[in-house]
Amino acid sequence: MEHILLRHRDIAEFNTLNVYKKNDGFAAYKNAVTKMTPTEVTQVVKDSGLRGRGGAGFPTGMKWSFIDNKNWPHYIVANADESEPGTFKDREIMEGNPFQFLEGLAIACYAVGANVAYIYLRGEFWELAAFLDEKIAEMEKEGYLGDKLFGGEYSLRMYTHLGAGAYICGEETAMLESLEGKRGQPRVRPPFPPSYGLYGKPTVINNVETFANVPPILARGANWYKSLGTADSAGVKVFSLSGRVRKPGNYELPFGTTFRELIYTYGGGVQDSRSVKAIMPAGASSSLILVNDEKVLDTPMDYASVRTIGGDLGSASVIVIDDTVPIDWLVNKTVHFFNHESCGKCTPCREGTYWMSNITERIREGRGVAGDVDLLLNVAKQMQGKCLCALGEFSTMAVVTGIERFPEDFKKAVSKA
Amino acid sequence: MSKQVTLTIDGIQVTVPEGIVVADAAKMVGIDIPVFCHHPKLEPVGMCRMCLVEIGRPVRDRATGEFVMENGAPKIQFMPKLETACTNKVEEGMVVLTQTEKSREGQKSTVEFLLTSHPLDCPVCDKGGECPLQNLTMAHGPGKSRFIYDEKLRLGKHVPLGNLIVLDQERCIQCARCIRFQNEIVGDAVIDFDDRGRGTKIVSFSDPGFDSVFSGNTTDICPVGALTTRDFRFEARPWELDAQASICTQCPVGCNTTLNTRREPRAGGDITVQRVMPRQNEEVNEIWICDKGRFAYHYAESKKRLSRPMIREDGKLVNSSWDAATKLAADRFLEAKKDFAVLVSGRLSNEDLFTVKMLVDRSEGTGYLYSRMGGGEMTSLVGMSGGSNFANMGRGTTIVVVASDLYEEAPIWYLRVKQAADRGATLIVLNARETKLDRYSSYVVRYAYGDEMKSVQDLSRKTKIGDAFTQAENAVILFGSDGLGIAGSAGLASACATVLQDSGHAGKPNNGLIGVWERANDQGAWEIGFKVEENLAEVLQGRTVYIIGADPVSDDPNLAKALEGAAFVVVQDVMETATTEIADVVLPAQAFTERDGTFTSGERRVQRFYPAVPVTGEAKPDYAITSQIASHMGVTLEGTSVSVLFDGLATSVKSFEGLSYARLAEVRPQWPIVGRGDMYYGGTTYENKHGMGAQLSAAATRGETVDIPQIDKEAAPRPKEKELLAVPITRLYDRGTTVMMSADLLRDRIGGATIALHPDAAQNLGVEEGQLVNVSFDGVSGDAVVKLDDTIPVGVALIPRSMGLAIREPVPANVRPQR
Repeated sequence: MEHILLRHRDIAEFNTLNVYKKNDGFAAYKNAVTKMTPTEVTQVVKDSGLRGRGGAGFPTGMKWSFIDNKNWPHYIVANADESEPGTFKDREIMEGNPFQFLEGLAIACYAVGANVAYIYLRGEFWELAAFLDEKIAEMEKEGYLGDKLFGGEYSLRMYTHLGAGAYICGEETAMLESLEGKRGQPRVRPPFPPSYGLYGKPTVINNVETFANVPPILARGANWYKSLGTADSAGVKVFSLSGRVRKPGNYELPFGTTFRELIYTYGGGVQDSRSVKAIMPAGASSSLILVNDEKVLDTPMDYASVRTIGGDLGSASVIVIDDTVPIDWLVNKTVHFFNHESCGKCTPCREGTYWMSNITERIREGRGVAGDVDLLLNVAKQMQGKCLCALGEFSTMAVVTGIERFPEDFKKAVSKA
Repeated sequence: MSKQVTLTIDGIQVTVPEGIVVADAAKMVGIDIPVFCHHPKLEPVGMCRMCLVEIGRPVRDRATGEFVMENGAPKIQFMPKLETACTNKVEEGMVVLTQTEKSREGQKSTVEFLLTSHPLDCPVCDKGGECPLQNLTMAHGPGKSRFIYDEKLRLGKHVPLGNLIVLDQERCIQCARCIRFQNEIVGDAVIDFDDRGRGTKIVSFSDPGFDSVFSGNTTDICPVGALTTRDFRFEARPWELDAQASICTQCPVGCNTTLNTRREPRAGGDITVQRVMPRQNEEVNEIWICDKGRFAYHYAESKKRLSRPMIREDGKLVNSSWDAATKLAADRFLEAKKDFAVLVSGRLSNEDLFTVKMLVDRSEGTGYLYSRMGGGEMTSLVGMSGGSNFANMGRGTTIVVVASDLYEEAPIWYLRVKQAADRGATLIVLNARETKLDRYSSYVVRYAYGDEMKSVQDLSRKTKIGDAFTQAENAVILFGSDGLGIAGSAGLASACATVLQDSGHAGKPNNGLIGVWERANDQGAWEIGFKVEENLAEVLQGRTVYIIGADPVSDDPNLAKALEGAAFVVVQDVMETATTEIADVVLPAQAFTERDGTFTSGERRVQRFYPAVPVTGEAKPDYAITSQIASHMGVTLEGTSVSVLFDGLATSVKSFEGLSYARLAEVRPQWPIVGRGDMYYGGTTYENKHGMGAQLSAAATRGETVDIPQIDKEAAPRPKEKELLAVPITRLYDRGTTVMMSADLLRDRIGGATIALHPDAAQNLGVEEGQLVNVSFDGVSGDAVVKLDDTIPVGVALIPRSMGLAIREPVPANVRPQR
């Protein structure tokens, strides 16, 4: 099948401006700016059923329409922080197909009336930031960015900004704080960014992959896009497959493709031909999906279906856990990550991740005692619903589902003591 | 009045102003929602998660916008998660549940999380006994720890953030109240968090550490024992302390304070002041005090305190009786006739000054106010009057600050002016040099030295700045003596009073003139009728002098010389000074901590202070001593009751009319609510139970014809070609008595004599930054360290007052490098 997002896999040198242009590059953007009103652009995206690819799956067109038109200027920030363990799709899109992402970003800016867009990249992406800077400069030279574009009144500029190595800065309000030069810590919401965002101005924040979907939607129409995927999850998704599979990597597939197809047809099956024990469909922030029945693998990967097996599709970074992996070890790894990345702003997350990390560490090292598993579960549940942002909430997902769905692993770990 | 909103909290229907948060609304009706990070003076952040409650909102019909009704009442929809009461604003029809099982579980969880890392060292913690975490743990916390004690973090217990504030990293709960106070309220962003997660810790990144004159306030609002002052740390337990209302005497702001006292073993079991705490007065200092007010109080318990009357016999001061000493003084005063001169300072209370004034009026002598600043008559005419409050100033008000560095001279006014500017007031700063307030101003005018009066007169011209002043609904001018002496500041005051009156900004609340005086009660002295004398040294020559509350001998070599030539010198003071050493009679006065009385602040607010500690030796209150002398002179003056004296003052001095001790003790409801038996929601500041004082009337408010004395002469000298004009400036921590007695604590803040020069001027003189030079002018000579400052003119040198070089007014100076 021809790729929609990972087009660089089909066309050589697709990350060069000439090749991109030759393949109808920027046509959708030019058409939008010269022939459509911002509201019409937003309507097409709304109609397409496109949902945010950063994890929450919020309808993109609706988010754009929330922007406060009584307060100006407007900003758009592209979330290129891509820090979720197991997620590596945005990087490939930006490296291989940068112009499609930038074109989508430009169209989005036009739709919400933003004249400035910031691309916030994680600090480790410094080479990528320099690469994007070159691409942006080329676009400026070609008249796709700058003042009075396509002979009209619309002006747009783009800037990249590097983070300093904090997972929390992928959270949209922490990203805004960081972009403003402050400590990267999440803000209290409401107010939400479409009314109070960057520098207190209305701001739309979308994921890189979300933007990359916009040019084909405008070029081929909302109905075409809706025909891909499922009723609840329209279009295609880049699935980042990792864990104990033979061929880890990014796979662009329509929503509704089953886990089995992803793991076996595309991922080449599980290493050493072992069986799948659990799946983390959304990186470290996932619930652990229990695969005790082969039928679980036949679940279609779309937002609604994944929920029926006790998980969330999130950013679709599918980590495959086989039967050699003790779940208490896995939980310890995820908790360790969140403890390390907790920003420290709110009490339950700062203290809770630290406490959970202590408990999982001693369970893992065989120092655990009988009450520890109950305590761990209790602490995790005590955090839920109380944290300032999603990081704290997500840190409990693997813990709670791990203990509830894989009790034997924890029993075994504690009995070693 | 702002729009009101009605909501229900725990079944109680409450009506509160729109726009406030749920936690504050609950507090207003006596419901304590537990908080740590929330402080009613700070912007909400919702980070500690202590105030989690259930919040329900009425469901509105999408089409009509009306409430959806259910069983005759609006249908309420609750969010699935608990919400923070400190970030959610009140809404009409909102239902808040703070005591449900779900809410209680939320609060209990947060306390448990906070305690996992907390050391629980309450028995040795200074905050123990007045600690929000301790209180909230008792109220909401679990009884038993599930966290393994040995896994607790071990962090720094004594981390100095500066010389005054010490951080205990283990106790810190990362609520950021201190950081937010410094950033939002003060504007001295010198502390912040370092690192993240459980490693988050407060650091100071200024040099010297925690470089802010408001740092002590962070220890009041710290909800745990993480921030303590070096002064009070390990000194006493809060429950051992008595509390007495007082007024800070360090500057003319008149901050309301509480003196905490107890019997002190190191003082031989005497009752001493253990610490100075802010006392709430939202019209004066809110709930803050500056570090000078908080830390520079140790002089009152100094070993140099005078405790017995003394008279000079055979060239030596020997102990005497009160009767003999006052009789001797009285006899000499009578003998002196017209040569009797009295020198009073703003250290004295209104009652003391009134007594002295009556004595002067009924004798042939003259009274002088001992101050380096003039212009007080103008404040009696067009000064601030009843109903004025910086807190009410914002959009529509223009505040002019001229020739004053408020941050150094009157820090709480700096804070209040800055906050008024934050609220939208137009701030105009007129000064010959850069000051810290510039950054909050709408307009800065950098005048040349000598153009002070002109820069004020220009406010009445048709310019952008002129319009900002004349067209303002309300206008206030604060004038000081930065770079000026008595003549210069008097001229400036006259110019200020004139533009205020001409633009209709006199005679109504929140308008008028404020003098940034040297001492706490200079305003009172002016009101009672004392004036300053420009040529004091000449005037005192050969006379019989009665000096009360001043130390001219150490302040100024010219005055020292003049007093050597005096006929007879009687000194009445609280401490031994260079002036008591040359006195013929020494009369020991009680410190303000030992007696009662009133002071008049620069905003012309009369406020009461109360005795907190026992009297030192045989010392008497100043008014009683003066009255005793008077009686020997055949003049009967009230000498036993301050309130009777005050009533006399209220009937004799027009601006005091209608005031009484009872009136001054009145308390009005204040927000935020602080210091009650609560969970220390507003910090450990004290509630005001002893009175918020009352403002004087001004001639302009009484509808009298106001005739402003016009001072035509040049306000101040200008620097001349090939001459270095030394001008005085004021530093908060000077080498005056009160600061030096607390010198150990404030050592890295005080410093020594300095002279600030423009780099070009320094080059012309062949001197460099940090070099020791000899400075001489007008009979004064001394050493000073050179500081370079490229914001001042080349022909001018700045010399701080009371720092070792006795500068009274702008004067040509010679600077020689020290070999």
